[in-house]
Amino acid sequence: MKTHHTAWLGAGLGLAGLALAGCSGPAERDLASADRDYQSQLIEQLIDAQPGDVIEIPEGVFAFDRSLSLTVDGVTIRGQGADRTILSFQDQAQGAEGLLVTASDFTIENLAIEDTVGDGLKVNEGENIIIRGIRVEWTNGPDTNNGAYGIYPVQTTNVLVEDSIAIGAADAGIYVGQSRNVVVRRNRAERNVAGIEIENTIGADVYENVATENTGGILVFNMPNLPQPGYWTRVYNNHVFANNTGNFGHEGTPVASIPAGSGIVVNSNDQVEIFDNQISDNRTANIIISSLHSTGYSDYAVQQDFDPYPEGIHIHGNAFSGGGNNPDGLDLQGLKLVVAGPLGRMPDVLWDGYYDASKEVDGVMPAELRICLENGEAGLVNADGPNGYANPSIVTEAHQCSLDPLPAVELALANP
Amino acid sequence: MRWLPALCALLLVACGGQQTARPSFIAEGNPPALSDWGMMISNGRTLTLSEGVLPYDLNTPLFSDYAHKQRTIWMPDGVAAGYREGEVLDFPVGTVITKTFYYPRGEAADEVLQTTTQAPGWRADGLDLADIRLVETRVLVHRETGWVALPYIWNEAQTDAVLQRAGDLQHLTLVSEDGGRQPLPYAVPNANQCAGCHAINNTTRQIQPIGPAARHINRDYAYAAGSQNQLVALSEAGYLEGLPAIEQAPQAAVYTDTAAALNDRARSYLDINCAHCHNPVGPADTSGLHLNADAPEGPNLGLCKLPIAAGGGTGGRRFGIQPGHPEESILVYRLEITDPGSLMPELGRSVRHEEGIALITEWIARMETQCRTAG
Repeated sequence: MKTHHTAWLGAGLGLAGLALAGCSGPAERDLASADRDYQSQLIEQLIDAQPGDVIEIPEGVFAFDRSLSLTVDGVTIRGQGADRTILSFQDQAQGAEGLLVTASDFTIENLAIEDTVGDGLKVNEGENIIIRGIRVEWTNGPDTNNGAYGIYPVQTTNVLVEDSIAIGAADAGIYVGQSRNVVVRRNRAERNVAGIEIENTIGADVYENVATENTGGILVFNMPNLPQPGYWTRVYNNHVFANNTGNFGHEGTPVASIPAGSGIVVNSNDQVEIFDNQISDNRTANIIISSLHSTGYSDYAVQQDFDPYPEGIHIHGNAFSGGGNNPDGLDLQGLKLVVAGPLGRMPDVLWDGYYDASKEVDGVMPAELRICLENGEAGLVNADGPNGYANPSIVTEAHQCSLDPLPAVELALANP
Repeated sequence: MRWLPALCALLLVACGGQQTARPSFIAEGNPPALSDWGMMISNGRTLTLSEGVLPYDLNTPLFSDYAHKQRTIWMPDGVAAGYREGEVLDFPVGTVITKTFYYPRGEAADEVLQTTTQAPGWRADGLDLADIRLVETRVLVHRETGWVALPYIWNEAQTDAVLQRAGDLQHLTLVSEDGGRQPLPYAVPNANQCAGCHAINNTTRQIQPIGPAARHINRDYAYAAGSQNQLVALSEAGYLEGLPAIEQAPQAAVYTDTAAALNDRARSYLDINCAHCHNPVGPADTSGLHLNADAPEGPNLGLCKLPIAAGGGTGGRRFGIQPGHPEESILVYRLEITDPGSLMPELGRSVRHEEGIALITEWIARMETQCRTAG
C-alpha cells in the first residue's frame, strides 16, 4: 500500500463534504403557524426561576430568534413530549446555542429543540444533571452548516442522558465532555457526524443506545490541553449499525478525522470496555482503536503529560456482522486490500498500531495496559501507523487476552 | 451631592416613581425605569449625568457592533472601592455602574452610522441627542446578595428607558463611512445572558463588572472641569481608596495606538473581548483556549492548538493560531464570521469589527513559531 504521511483517519472527508453541500436534503419545519409570542414569556420564566421550580412548557410549536439561558440551580424544564412541545430556533439571530444552562440540579424532559444555529442544549458546569426524553434535531438532515452538538453537557458531574434523540448534528449528537459519573442510556443518535461521543470523561456507562446512519456511531475520545484526561468508560448492550453517512464535519474538528463507516471508535482514551453490543454493517470497521497520532495533531501544541495511547481496552462478547467491506478513502481501501483482499472485509477491530513502547517491561506491555480482544471469530488488524502504514498485519492472536471488568457507574442522583 | 441609600429608597417610594435626577442605590427589586436610578436624566434633547456620576472610558473597549458607549460609576456616601492591581476594582455594596449604548443616526429611521471616532453629541456631562439614537442602558448594581444586571431599552422619544429583562432584538441597518449598508440585528441581552459575559468564573458564577479594572481605566478623560486621569479622578471623588502613585498602576494598551507594541495591542484586544469567557476558570475553559492578559504564550493561547468543540467555528482551519498564517487560524475566522453559531464573542457582536480583525491578522502574520504536524 501507499505510505502516505498524512492522517489516514481523515481520508475522504473533503469529497464527502463536497457531495453533501451539493445535495438538498429534506426541508426544515414550516413555522408559518408557530407561536412567536411565547419567547418573551419563557425567557422571563427562566430569569425569575427559583430553586425547586418546574417550568412547564405547553404543547405547541414555539419559534425563537434568540438563545435561552438558565442560571439558577434546582430547576426542571418539562414539555409535553418530544413530538408535542417543539422549540424551534430556525429564525435564531443570536446566541451560540438553543438553551444554555449554567446551573446544577437541573432536569429537562419531554420536549424538542430544533434547528439551532449552534449547539442545541448545552449544560456548562454543574452537578446532578438529568436530560430525559428530549429530542434535538436539525430538521433539514445532515448538513455541514448545522450546529455542532445536540445534547452537550460539559464539565458536569452525575449526569444522566436517557430516552433522548439526537439527529443531524455537524459534530456529535450526544456529546459528554470533561465530565464525571455519566450514564447515557436508551437514546437514539442518527445522521450525526458522531452519534454519541464521550470525551475527556471519567466514569461513563453507555448502554442500550441505538446509533445508526452517523459517520461514527459511538466515540470515546481524549483530547490534549484540557483540564482532565478521561478514562473508565463502558460501552455495552448498544446497537451500532450502518453508520455510513459521509463525514460532514468541519475540517479541524476532532470528529472530522472519523472515516464514514465507523462503528465504535476509541481515540487516546484508557480503560474502555466494549462488550455485548450488536455491531454491524459499518463499512470501514466495526471498531477502531486509535491514537491522537492518527488525527493530524501538532506535537508543538500537546501538553507534556498528555498520553495519546489507547490503553486498557477490552473488547468482548459483541455480536458482529457485516461491515469493513468498503472503507472510506483510498488509504483505508488500500489497507483492506492488503489484509483482506478485494472481496474480503476489514477485520472487526482496526487498530492504528501506536503504542507506548516506554511502558513495556522486558518487551511486553503490562497486562492492564493491553488492547484485549476476547470475541470469538472477530479479528484485529494492526495498521502499522508508526511505520507509515507500511506493513499492516492481522494480530488477533497476540491480543487474545482478558482484563478485569470495569465497575459500573453509580449515579448519586436522588431520582435517577 | 451624594445621598444615603436608605433615604433614597424611601424617597423613591414616597415619590411614587416620580422622575428624579438624584442618584440612588435601590437595594432590591427590579426598578421598571432607568430614571428610577437617577444616574442620568433626559428631556429627549439632552441626556445629563447626575452630580456625582462619573463617566469613564476604557483603554481598549469590548467591540459591540460599533455602538458607542457612555459608562458611568456612582457610589453612595461613605463607601469607596478598594484598589486592586490585577482584577476589577473592589466595589462596595451600593455601587451602580451604567453603560449606555448609542449610535449616530443615519438618514432612514432604522439606520445608524458606523464611526470609529468619537460620536457627534458627546459631552463631558452627557449627550446631545439631536443626532444620536439611544438604544439601551445596562445597569450593574452591587447589592448585598451580589451584583445584579438589568437591561433598559430607550423609548422612542429618548426621554427614558424601560426595563426589559427578556432582552430584545432590534433590526437596524449599519451605514459605513463610504455609504455601504448592512443589516445589524442588534441584540439586547436578557438578564440571564448578562451572566454569559459577567460571570467570568463559571464555578462561582458571581457576576461582576469587567471593564473597571485598573489597567483598563488607567487613562485620561475629558471631564467638564478639565482632563484628568480616571483613576485619580475616582480617588479624588472619594470613590477609590488605596490608589498607588499613578505611574505604578498597570495600563492596558490602546488597541488602535500604533505607537504601542503590536503584541501589547493584540493581547489587550483579546483580553477585553475574549477573556471574560476564555480564562482558566471561565465558561470557555472547556475549550482549553485562554486569552486573558497574563496567559503565557503557548498552546493554551491558541498556538498550533487543535480545537475541542468548535464545530463549524473552525472554518475548516486546523489550529487556533497558525503562526505566520492568519488565513489558516481559527481565531481570525471566528472574528470574521457573522454566523451566530460560529462567531466570537458569542454575545454582543453581529457584524465584523474590521479594525480588530486587521490587528489580530497582523499579530498572527508576524509570529514565527512553527507547528510541526505528526502523522
